[in-house]
Amino acid sequence: MKAKTKYVPVPSTTILPERDAGRSPVLECVKLGITLGGIKAVEDFNLTVGRTEIVGLIGPNGAGKTTVFNLLTKVYQPTTGTILLNGQDTHGMDTRQVNKAGIARTFQNIRLFKNLSVIDNVKTAMNNEMHYNMLSAILRLPDYRREEVAAHRRALKLLSIFDMQHMADAPAGSLPYGAQRRLEIVRALATNPSLLLLDEPAAGMNPSETADLMDNIRKVHEMFQIAIVLIEHDMSLVMNICEGICVLNFGHVIAKGTPDEIQSNPAVIEAYLGRKKEA
Amino acid sequence: MTMRRLINLKRAEARKIYLTYAVVIIAYIVCQVMSSTKFLSSSMRGMLVPICAYMVMAVSLNLVVGILGELSLGHAGFMSVGAFSGVATAILLQGVIPFAPVRLAIAMIVAAIFAAFAGFVIGIPVLRLKGDYLAIVTLAFGEIIKSILNNFYMGIDSQGIQMSMLSDTTRLLPGGKLIIRGPMGISGIQKIATFPAGAILLIIALMIVFNLVNSRSGRAFMAIRDDRIAAESIGLDITKYKMMAFVMSAALAGAAGALFAMNYSTIVANKFDFNTSILILVFVVLGGQGNMLGGIIAAAVLTILPEKLRSFSEYRMLLYAIVLIVMMLATNNAEIKEFLSRLNPFRRKEED
Repeated sequence: MKAKTKYVPVPSTTILPERDAGRSPVLECVKLGITLGGIKAVEDFNLTVGRTEIVGLIGPNGAGKTTVFNLLTKVYQPTTGTILLNGQDTHGMDTRQVNKAGIARTFQNIRLFKNLSVIDNVKTAMNNEMHYNMLSAILRLPDYRREEVAAHRRALKLLSIFDMQHMADAPAGSLPYGAQRRLEIVRALATNPSLLLLDEPAAGMNPSETADLMDNIRKVHEMFQIAIVLIEHDMSLVMNICEGICVLNFGHVIAKGTPDEIQSNPAVIEAYLGRKKEA
Repeated sequence: MTMRRLINLKRAEARKIYLTYAVVIIAYIVCQVMSSTKFLSSSMRGMLVPICAYMVMAVSLNLVVGILGELSLGHAGFMSVGAFSGVATAILLQGVIPFAPVRLAIAMIVAAIFAAFAGFVIGIPVLRLKGDYLAIVTLAFGEIIKSILNNFYMGIDSQGIQMSMLSDTTRLLPGGKLIIRGPMGISGIQKIATFPAGAILLIIALMIVFNLVNSRSGRAFMAIRDDRIAAESIGLDITKYKMMAFVMSAALAGAAGALFAMNYSTIVANKFDFNTSILILVFVVLGGQGNMLGGIIAAAVLTILPEKLRSFSEYRMLLYAIVLIVMMLATNNAEIKEFLSRLNPFRRKEED
C-alpha cells in the first residue's frame, strides 16, 4: 500500500554525522517547502535526525517552527520537497498514517481529550494496537477483556514514568497545567513513536517546572531510545538537552550545529539574540 | 487489582451505569404491576410502548449527539425506515411464523439492518461535513427519506415482492396484496408490539451503547468529540469511527421505529417528520448530552406531559412549551441545582 522509495542519503544536512554512524536516520527532510496564502512559510528546509538524537528547533516568533511540525505530521501537505521517515517516503500520507509510521507529537496549545479520564487519554492512543471488534466490545467477549486489561496495565506503566498513576481516574481537563503537558507527552509515547515532536513543552512553566521537564525528556529519551525534535523558546532547556540545534528565521534555516556552535554563530546572534539587544 | 471491578471503568461511571439499568428495570416492574392491576388508565396503557420506543430513540441519538458530538436533525428518518421495513417484514412473515413475539423480534432485527444501511449510505456524504453543516444536511436527509417513503409502493403476489416508485405500478396478480401504499402508508398492522418487548429493547439498546462507549471505539468517539486534531495525531481513523457511531445509532433507531409502528394499526411516513426529529433531540438535550438515564427520563416525561395536559384543551401546547422552557432553565441553572441539592439529603452524601 505505502509507496516505498529507496533510502537517499543527504549527509550534508546531518547535524551530528558522527552519531548513529552506520544506521539510517529516523527522519530526513529534503528541500521541504510550503506556500501558505502566497507566503513561503517554510522554504528549502533540510534536516536529518539520527535514530536517538535530540534536536532543538529554535527561532524567533513566526519563523515557521510549528509549520515544520505541521508539515512533518501532514497537517499541511508540503508544496515542495520530500520527507523520509525511517527511509520511507511519506508522500501522500495523512496525519493518521504518519502517526502509524512512527511520528507522535504534542501541541503548543495543549490538546487533550478534556472530558476523558487521564488513563483513557492514554488508552485512546493505544487504539491501533488493540484488535478486538465492535461485537467483542458489546458482548464483552474474552478478547475484549484480555486486550483491555493489557492496555490498562501498559497505560498505568506509562503514566508512572511521569509519576501520574495516582491521577489516572481524574478527568484530563481538571489536571494542573504542568500535568496536562506531561499527559500529552505520555499520550504521544503510547502510540510507540520512533520520533517524538514536542511543540514548546516548557511554555508557561516556571524555572523549577522547566527543570523537571528537562529531566523527564532525558528520562523518556533514555527509556525509549527514540529521536526527539523539540521547539522551545527557553534557551536553558534547549542548550542543556539538545545535541543538535537548527535555527529558523523567516522560513529559512540560518544555522545548524551543536549548542556551542549555535551560541557563537553570528547569524543566529543577529537574527535571534541580536534583537534582544536592540530592545 | 483492577481486574476485579469493571476493567476500565471509574467507580462513579460504573455506578451510573448500574443506576440506569436499575431505574429502567424498577420502572418496568412498577408499570407492569400497575397496568395489570388496572391502576393505569387505558390511555396511559396505550402509551407504554411508544414511550419505550422514544426512550430507545433518545439513547440512540445520544450516541451521536452526546458521545460523538455531532448534531443530527434527521433521526426520525431512520426511525421511519425501521418502521416501514419492520412492519413489512412482520406482514410478510404473518403466515410463516404464527408466534407473535418471534415475529416482532425478527421484524425489529430486519428494521435495524435496513436502518443501518440507510445510515451508512447517508453517512458517506454527511460525515465529511462538520458542525452546523452536518446538522443541516442530516435535516435534509430526514426529509428525503420521508419523501421517498411517501412515494413508495410495495406489494406481494405469487410472483414475489413487487415494488414501484411515484405511483402504484406494481400490477399485482389476483390474490396479491399491496403492503406499502405510498402516502397512505401501511394499514391493517397487527399490534404485536408489547410493553415487555419494549422494555427488553431498551435494555439491549442501553447494553449496546454502554458497552460500546466503554471500549476502544467509545473512547475514540469521545476523543474525536473532544479534539479532532489531537485524535488524528494519535492515529485514529476519524471517518471510520464517526461512521461506526452513526450506523449503530441508525440501527437502534430502526429497531425502535419497528416497535413504535407495530403499536398502531396504521403507519404513515408523515408521522416521522422534522418535528419528531426535534422532539427526540429535545429528549437528549433536556436529559443532558451523553447522559443516558437523563434522556430516558426526559423521553418519558415529555411523552406523558401532553396527555396529562389534555384537560387544558387549546392551551395544551402553550403549557407544554412553558413547562419545557422551565425545565430547560431549571436543569441548566447552577443556583437552582444547588437549591435542589440542598433540599435533597441523599444527594449531598452522594457527592462526597
